[in-house]
Amino acid sequence: MVEQLSPLAAAFRPGSHGNFVDGVGVTLSEMAPGSIVQVAAWPGEEKKLIAAISSITGLKLADGAGAGAVSERHTVFGFAPGKFLVTDTAEGLASTLASAVTPATGSVTDLSHGRTAIRVAGQKSEWVLAKLFAVDFSLVAFPQGSGISTAHHDIFAQIQRSSPDRFDLYVFRSFARSFWKMLCHASDEVGYEVR
Amino acid sequence: MLITCPYCGPRDVSEFAYQGDGNRNRPDPASTDLVAWNAYVYDRLNPAGAHNEIWQHAGGCRAHLAVVRDTLTHEILSVRFAREKGAPAHGRRKSGAKA
Repeated sequence: MVEQLSPLAAAFRPGSHGNFVDGVGVTLSEMAPGSIVQVAAWPGEEKKLIAAISSITGLKLADGAGAGAVSERHTVFGFAPGKFLVTDTAEGLASTLASAVTPATGSVTDLSHGRTAIRVAGQKSEWVLAKLFAVDFSLVAFPQGSGISTAHHDIFAQIQRSSPDRFDLYVFRSFARSFWKMLCHASDEVGYEVR
Repeated sequence: MLITCPYCGPRDVSEFAYQGDGNRNRPDPASTDLVAWNAYVYDRLNPAGAHNEIWQHAGGCRAHLAVVRDTLTHEILSVRFAREKGAPAHGRRKSGAKA
């Protein structure tokens, strides 16, 4: 297997930073899943696509806007009408999905090298993300497992809430380092740990 | 100004791109009716009040939306997917919202 290189490079500095004297508010990490795949259904084929995703990931996906689910190995969420982001800790998800999603149902796009997955966890994660995105991050408006599409200026971001105080962010790989630096600045106030 | 996307829920206007007047009816591309084409390109109602508009949720789900906005107050009166005909559909994260 080819060694995976992080686009964060030298900007990824493990350890505690910022104002952490009273404890660390958020923990920032890079998830680096083996596969990040976008699947899209043709209009009217959404249910077939959801069934294909469920059979491969073993995750039950509700038929509603932004619905999603998380397991140890996979994550999946809807980010636009008929479109889903699916990840796998292992490589090769795109070819597995391509064999299950026929051209009559929809399309499969491998974004494993095109996106960088950043995890923001901790009790202050809602607070930090609310500085960057004009979105309601409360658990009521943004339930566990669900996902959204939004943007910070022109950096498009897809965000999934993988647990009550944990968010997984998928940003363009080419913008990942500057986004990471900005995330670090936003986390400075509450103290953050990189690991 | 908030626009309630039928898929994403209420979002800041900065996530949306204005795609123009929603009242235009494009003539048949094969048509050579200059009056109809002139009206399509230039004639605008410019109302002081409710106005049909097309917006794209460019910084979100990227769906095109048919929005009715009050040009005096910026109140958003209704939002629906532009591809849907029929009654405007309001609602935050509408269960079963589809393309």
